[in-house]
Amino acid sequence: MKPPPFRYHDPKTVGEAVGLLASLENAKLLAGGQSLMPMLNMRFVLPDHIVDLNRVEGLSYIRDTQGALDIGAMTRQRDLEFSEAVRARWPIMHEALLQVGHRQTRNRGTIGGSLCHLDPAAELVSLATGYDATVTVAGPTGQREVAFAEFPVAYMTPAIEANELVVGVRFPQWAAKHGYAFVEFSRRHGDFAITSAAVLLEGDAAGKITRASVAIGGMGTVPRRAREVEQAIVGQVPAGTLFRDACESCRKLEAIDDVHAPASYRQHLAAVLSRRALEKAHARLLEAHAGGPH
Amino acid sequence: MKETRKIAVTVNGKRYEEEVEVRVTLADFIRHQLGLTGTHLGCEHGVCGACTILFDDRSARSCLMLAVQADGHDILTVEGIAPSPDKLHPLQQAFHEHHGLQCGFCTPGILTTLIEFLRDNPDPSEQEVRIAISGNLCRCTGYQNIVVATLDAAKRLRAEPTQSQVNAAQRS
Repeated sequence: MKPPPFRYHDPKTVGEAVGLLASLENAKLLAGGQSLMPMLNMRFVLPDHIVDLNRVEGLSYIRDTQGALDIGAMTRQRDLEFSEAVRARWPIMHEALLQVGHRQTRNRGTIGGSLCHLDPAAELVSLATGYDATVTVAGPTGQREVAFAEFPVAYMTPAIEANELVVGVRFPQWAAKHGYAFVEFSRRHGDFAITSAAVLLEGDAAGKITRASVAIGGMGTVPRRAREVEQAIVGQVPAGTLFRDACESCRKLEAIDDVHAPASYRQHLAAVLSRRALEKAHARLLEAHAGGPH
Repeated sequence: MKETRKIAVTVNGKRYEEEVEVRVTLADFIRHQLGLTGTHLGCEHGVCGACTILFDDRSARSCLMLAVQADGHDILTVEGIAPSPDKLHPLQQAFHEHHGLQCGFCTPGILTTLIEFLRDNPDPSEQEVRIAISGNLCRCTGYQNIVVATLDAAKRLRAEPTQSQVNAAQRS
């Protein structure tokens, strides 16, 4: 349970980090270390070089600008959890972060690290899917932007090259009066979700849904949107069994079997959790329109 | 291929300048190189919480950090919690009185976790305490007396004048 030998690099700028990635073979980027360090300790990864991003300047920030939240890749999960802007305008992120690991891991864990590790059960990965976040990637020829829908290319594999690194992520803002809910099932508080549902809703004062995002985590090899659910509820005023019926389609989503749960159980959870999240989000939407807290 | 670096780190108020192998975790550095064996290692992959320390006043799992990353930073371990060798911190005193530990293996990590928690949340509910220690595994107590001790410690700390209040009283 000790890391294997490696060469250690601690660049001070993004340019230096990109330069190192271009010149080194078999290098791994170290962000908050809450996933890579266990993998090193257990020797699941054997890098020849560790490029530590913790001393790179200018990668830790939370900016509430032009209807979007710009977050530096090395921003700690804890700083997002305690951000007033996040609480006020991206409240689902606050709700989700409270379920990301524990205080001790959120103090170190970063948003960029979480998105690049790309565990399909990770709360922040689900949120980025639900928000259609945009990832900014720096490489030898400058920066490029990747829509989050294009970001996962395979199980735990982001669409970034070996000589690139994620420097920031942008979460668009939803209407000031919107409904939201992040609901997950895990064995113990702070564990990765076995399955999770992240819901965002916009609507009018009468309760009619005009826009919906439903992201399901922990199901497949990559996080996904439940498009059938979204299509079934937009334009509707929820009544009767609308949510229950719409969420039945989640039972058809691709799901993995593993030691925690069989695929059929995850599909069942997806249907139940997405319904619960929709009900909670819709109640909050109505509350926001009634002028209450949201 | 044994790469080393020279680091300067403050642990429990004392400054150390040490040569470290770059692959050594902060936990192993604290235990083996500094000889501060109060920080315990259970799982060594970030699950049990026994190795929790305060890194620049924030709790962190020292098995998930490299010693070289601590260069220039400030660390508090369980050895640095008590105000003096013959006086326990109110949190430690409450654990002692309420039987908040049996074997004591998890205790250093739980104490450091709770130091940060009670600083941020001086008047927590029982549920909040349970969530705060959800990242620390204890196999002896069933957590019951840990929670009781923490709630009592919170009460004691609220009653105790803080250093800033003492300073203000001395000035007036």
